[in-house]
Amino acid sequence: MIPSRSPFDPQNPLEGRVITTPFDKVLGWARKYSLFVYPFVTACCGMEYMSVSSAHYDLDRFGAAFPRFSPRQSDVLWVVGTVSHKLAPLVRRVYDQMTDPKWVIAFGACASCGGPYDNYATMQGIDTVLPVDIYIAGCPPRPEAVLDGVVKLQKMIQESKQVWK
Amino acid sequence: MEKSLAHRKIEEKFPQAVLDSHAQHGDETLILRKEAILDVARLLKEDSELQFNFLMDITAVDYLGRQPRFEIVYHFMSLPFNRRLRIKLQSDDLYPTVKSLTPLWKTANWLERECFDLYGIRFEGHPNLTRIMLYEGFEGHPLRKDYPKTKRQPLIGPQN
Ligand code: SF4
Repeated sequence: MIPSRSPFDPQNPLEGRVITTPFDKVLGWARKYSLFVYPFVTACCGMEYMSVSSAHYDLDRFGAAFPRFSPRQSDVLWVVGTVSHKLAPLVRRVYDQMTDPKWVIAFGACASCGGPYDNYATMQGIDTVLPVDIYIAGCPPRPEAVLDGVVKLQKMIQESKQVWK
Repeated sequence: MEKSLAHRKIEEKFPQAVLDSHAQHGDETLILRKEAILDVARLLKEDSELQFNFLMDITAVDYLGRQPRFEIVYHFMSLPFNRRLRIKLQSDDLYPTVKSLTPLWKTANWLERECFDLYGIRFEGHPNLTRIMLYEGFEGHPLRKDYPKTKRQPLIGPQN
């Protein structure tokens, strides 16, 4: 129930209308619910990404589903799937083009550690070339695991020191 | 199994070419002398009773420790007659050289580049025999059995 506002009192104009809180918290709260996503989808995990981001699991509930296809407009890089050594410079380049603040999610076993591919072609985890904030386990991860990862990222964003200047 | 029409025609036209043959599940495999491949492929493609007009795949096998070590494998299909034929060439060279099929099939271009990239087979007469899957600067041919299993050649990031 929404509490009814107290009648306006000219002697005490802030009463019931204003809350005070650290600036960092407000900024963190705003940032965690307006994550623009850059999906870097390379392999089978993409199927789970699709299922998470479409109506059934509805990632948009968490304010984190709006895909931007320019890295310059996005906040979170989702690396979804296997990344080969040949592709590694491109992932790094996409990451470098994103504006701060930015976060990275390694979606699935391949992006986290190479997954089932321990061979000449596959990068053994994207964290060998860029910093990763959240690792989501699974091959592929269940949508629930992905949602859990997103919520954990939001918690991390909320609790971190906000850089804004 | 009875020799297929393709087999008989090849033997008739190039008596020395066929070294061995076997058949499984109704599909025949011929092992040919390496030098004969371009002429045989032309016969297979252009003979009106064979019409193997579809080159499905070119690949190789590395039987490390066996002699001859390498096998280059061609898969042909005849769309008009719905027939398949597999042809194998054998070579014990470290970098086997065979004639390119690019004059006959455009698709041979990429198939041969893949085979070169991953096995180091050289295709004579290929217009652009460069790596197709891996990147420039990659050393070695990773599907060879003597390529170290744990060897990594990343473009960026830590070495191993
Ligand atoms: S983790 Fe599994 S499902 Fe995901 S890209 Fe790798 S192999 Fe595919």
